[in-house]
Amino acid sequence: MRFVDEYRDAGKARALAASIAALCEPGRSYTFMEVCGGHTHTIYKHGLEDYLPECVTLVHGPGCPVCVIPMGRVDDAIHLASRPEVIMTSFGDMMRVPGGRGSFLDAKAAGADIRMVYSPLDALRIAEREPGRQVVFMGIGFETTAPSTAMTVLRAEAAGIRNFSVFCNHVTILPAIKAILDSPDLRLDGFIGPGHVSTVIGCEPYRFIARDYGRPLVVAGFEPLDLLQSIHMLLVQLAEGRADVENQYGRVVPWHGNAKALDVIGATMEPRPYFEWRGLGFISHSALRLRDAYAGFDAERVFDVPGGRVADPKACQCGEVLKGVLKPWECKVFGTACTPETPIGTCMVSSEGACAAYYNFGRFTRERVREATR
Amino acid sequence: MCLAIPGEIIEIPPDRPALATVEVSGVRRAVNIGLLEGEGLAAGDWILIHVGFALSRIDEDEARATLRLLEGLGDAFDDEIDALRESRIG
Repeated sequence: MRFVDEYRDAGKARALAASIAALCEPGRSYTFMEVCGGHTHTIYKHGLEDYLPECVTLVHGPGCPVCVIPMGRVDDAIHLASRPEVIMTSFGDMMRVPGGRGSFLDAKAAGADIRMVYSPLDALRIAEREPGRQVVFMGIGFETTAPSTAMTVLRAEAAGIRNFSVFCNHVTILPAIKAILDSPDLRLDGFIGPGHVSTVIGCEPYRFIARDYGRPLVVAGFEPLDLLQSIHMLLVQLAEGRADVENQYGRVVPWHGNAKALDVIGATMEPRPYFEWRGLGFISHSALRLRDAYAGFDAERVFDVPGGRVADPKACQCGEVLKGVLKPWECKVFGTACTPETPIGTCMVSSEGACAAYYNFGRFTRERVREATR
Repeated sequence: MCLAIPGEIIEIPPDRPALATVEVSGVRRAVNIGLLEGEGLAAGDWILIHVGFALSRIDEDEARATLRLLEGLGDAFDDEIDALRESRIG
């Protein structure tokens, strides 16, 4: 249990915090984006901002797969789920995500057959057991999840299961990071790279961030000390005038990722020309669809999908939160009209969403202290 | 949802080598290890599990450390364990 003590040790955290403070140049401020919603969760849960000097600001990125699903896609999925022959299957996180005309939970209450599954393989098993029905799996997630959907499609094909299809909403993280770097709204000094996405894609694909944009990126683990150490590594790079890709999470993330996982994605899926992200708008080549060879497993080709676009509610500022322009509590409806029980925006739905993480842990961060004492 | 959780391989059946029996916080379930084929996985190894698939091999110390962190997450971790318990991958 040596590792647990080391990664949770408050003394070590304070020592690391002191070392972080010592690396900061007087008069300079640093803004880092943690791309992954899992990191956002750790930061709020453990109050990591309280360990950082005032000149270091963390902003939260778009790495919450549920949060970036646009409302039109939810409506399309509900349209599919409302067909009498269809059993819609979905991860639990999607159930309360609001579309333009309600959520999966609302549709289920209205009679649609929507079932929560832990794995796409569970959805495939339902298809095997109910050959008279059409089982659609709501595929969501970044590169962490896409290989699982790909493996399930391959398995369905090998087993000759024809009443199974995927409504594919898988997205890829690099175009979103590029969109943020190209956005004039935000000046970032570096990135805390996503840990679990990187187990699949490895560290090399982030190279353009350092090379073309001159920003460092450190792939980070999910322990509090992992994140503090990653911030330390970013500051060391900046102090030395470097911009490199580094891997703090080497004990889990191989530098070159998982070749088999990339192979199965590439075999079954291809980039869409463009895809809409909630808050970020349309981004080229930022999502995946099934290849023609697997058209029989593509719900968008097996069924008629309306493909409508629905504008986000005016009051909701998830877009600004997802780009890191606004902190959750700066949104006009945060904690009043929008709560985890009655979410308006997606960031309040998922436990990885910045708003839900902040709402649930409600820490009195230094920003709040400043506001309260102004 | 993007939560990945560590588990220990208990058994890899010789007739179905892509489907390992894995233990996570006392829950034993089948997990597909096809994405790690060729890595020579064996009982006693620890893997990072995401939606029924092993994504990466990890060492036991890291696995236990991550479990402790995740147990501290409360509901999110409990939901993930409950969901795993409901899984009937065969």
